[in-house]
Amino acid sequence: MAEEITVRATTAELASARALAEGRRMHAISSAVRYALLAGVGFLMLYPLIWLIGASFKTNSEIFANPGFIPSEPTLTGYIEGWRTSTPYTFATFFWNTFLIILPKTIGTAISCAAVAYGFARFEFPGKRILFATLIATLLLPNVVTRIPQYLLFRDLGWLDSFLPLWVPSAFAGDAFFVFMLIQFLRAIPRDMEEAARVDGANTLQTLIYIVVPMLAPALISVCLFQFMWTMNDFLGPLIYLSSVDKYPISLALKLSIDTTEAFQWNRILAMSVLALVPALTVFFLAQKYFIEGISTGGVKG
Amino acid sequence: MARLQIRNLEKVYSNSFKAVHGISLDVDDGEFMVLVGPSGCAKSTTLRMIAGLETITGGEIRIGDRIVNNLAPGQRGVSMVFQNYALYPHMKVRSNLAFGLKLKRRPKPEIEDATEAVANTLEIDPLLDRLPKQLSGGQAQRVAVGRALIKKPDVFLFDEPLSNLDAKLRASMRVRITDLHKRLKREGQSSTVVYVTHDQTEAMTMGDRICVMKDGCIMQVADPVTLYNRPENAFVAGFIGSPEMNLMEGALAVNGGVNIGLAGQMLTFGEDVGSRLGMRGGDVLLGVRPQHLRIATNDEENALEGHVSHIEFMGHEVYLYVDVGDIRIVVVVPSEQYHPEDIRDDRIRLVPRETAVHIFDRETGRNVSLSANA
Ligand SMILES: Nc1ncnc2c1ncn2[C@@H]1O[C@H](COP(=O)(O)OP(=O)(O)OP(=O)(O)O)[C@@H](O)[C@H]1O
Ligand SMILES: [Mg+2]
Repeated sequence: MAEEITVRATTAELASARALAEGRRMHAISSAVRYALLAGVGFLMLYPLIWLIGASFKTNSEIFANPGFIPSEPTLTGYIEGWRTSTPYTFATFFWNTFLIILPKTIGTAISCAAVAYGFARFEFPGKRILFATLIATLLLPNVVTRIPQYLLFRDLGWLDSFLPLWVPSAFAGDAFFVFMLIQFLRAIPRDMEEAARVDGANTLQTLIYIVVPMLAPALISVCLFQFMWTMNDFLGPLIYLSSVDKYPISLALKLSIDTTEAFQWNRILAMSVLALVPALTVFFLAQKYFIEGISTGGVKG
Repeated sequence: MARLQIRNLEKVYSNSFKAVHGISLDVDDGEFMVLVGPSGCAKSTTLRMIAGLETITGGEIRIGDRIVNNLAPGQRGVSMVFQNYALYPHMKVRSNLAFGLKLKRRPKPEIEDATEAVANTLEIDPLLDRLPKQLSGGQAQRVAVGRALIKKPDVFLFDEPLSNLDAKLRASMRVRITDLHKRLKREGQSSTVVYVTHDQTEAMTMGDRICVMKDGCIMQVADPVTLYNRPENAFVAGFIGSPEMNLMEGALAVNGGVNIGLAGQMLTFGEDVGSRLGMRGGDVLLGVRPQHLRIATNDEENALEGHVSHIEFMGHEVYLYVDVGDIRIVVVVPSEQYHPEDIRDDRIRLVPRETAVHIFDRETGRNVSLSANA
């Protein structure tokens, strides 16, 4: 009797083990299919970027002759000549200019937006509703509408052909989107920690610096990254406000090489485009973790 | 060394809701005062006004000899422990403890010594280098208590600090906090405590005195024994004690004896109740605790007759749910005194213990059977 039971039990075990193995194989096949599909689509999406990098090592004549992305005789001339540019300045100047705009703009944005968002999210003050409504309204306002008045304003201030119009508005929390994003993020954080800090003896500013900013860090990092990338890519702003070539940032300088050469030196343009991508990509990969965390928590909890 | 005095304290919220109606309360130096009451009775509001986290819209709060109405929380000499711990999530336990002292710019060695000492007291030394999210609920609560302790405040404020813990842990934390309080007191440190809870077990076991609140008003302030034996009104009588005191609507008439008619029956009390009664007749509530009713012997008169609706056996005692007319009352009988044969055809007769009977004016809720017995 007992033996019979054991035998039956073993057959049952065998059957279930077989079912398990079967399940595992199905699972492996389906993942293989899924990954192949994803890799294919991913490659398709990345193709322009890969082509760009490949083409930047081609000779000018090969770029349009050969549709593949692997250069037949790799060369660095694109980079060398592109760097020298057709102006009296090298590309280093343009990188430096971009840096001079991005640095104060990003830092200013982080500080001012955190302070303004803290104010809106945590304090009651007269006119708060109207001010908040105004903030949201500027979010919805198309940029073009304010271009001309802004231009006139900066002209009267004597700021034309300087970097100031490009970063000062942002350093005074001029980017409503960032303020809004931080407010939503803050609303999801309970106030208890700040109250504990106040009982511990912190004043408003200390609470902001020691408690709120660290808790806001993921969102602030996203703000900095967005600001960094958008400024890197901003073409219209510098085009409107900067007139001397020695002040051009990268985005304008790339266009410059198209303007001034009669026969376009595509390999130079492509090479410099690749270089222009490098900072943004580096920063993105370094901060990827915070970036994604910031967007998702800000979005979901808000 | 600090005494906390609250005078005619009022709170009107910005939506013009009046949460606190002019309460006055004195907490002596070193006293453990518990604020207890049902949800929404403004316990937290009161506590937060003491802490300075909520503006005071009327009245006055004094800590020691200072009026603190307009002082920032950090200047009032108070520490607070929050219900959900409120530890700073990005700081290690060590920095959480030290934050208050760092803000006061105390020298580093002093801060380190204080941190060590507090960590020892609360047995959190092994946790000092962890982040709050790496702590269990009980550990986090101990750190929160430590953060309050390290500042050596004049007044400790607790807002339902144990309500996020499970029952067992709550019991052990209760003992831990009362021990800590006794120890501070023994060592001569300031140890005035205001402790908010809605749990009457916590209130009764921890408080030197208990302040029972309802709808932003104080119903009674007294030590646990007085609160239990001599409730000043029907609300306190019903709130303190478990199971709740039975409050039965009846009509009082004093002629010779004290007669109370309820549910078509008549109970007569003698001199003991008569001598302390401050009311001659009218609508009343008769209050008898479940423990103060016993099952009548056969020939006994002056008993309430009722119908047993169900019985709960709790181990050391038995709960009987009895319908007297349309009034449901609870009777607690020690197991050894419970004999099922006393109940015939679900009928039961109950005798209230005369010395433990309370009579409340039904209109005002005031206890009218306290006066002469003071
Ligand atoms: N910010 C506010 N604005 C308006 N009314 C409020 C505000 N905060 C609390 N109240 C009201 O004040 C009353 C007292 O609230 P409080 O939080 O002090 O109650 P509580 O006794 O602590 O209750 P619980 O035991 O549930 O914590 C409640 O009726 C509540 O609705
Ligand atoms: Mg509360």
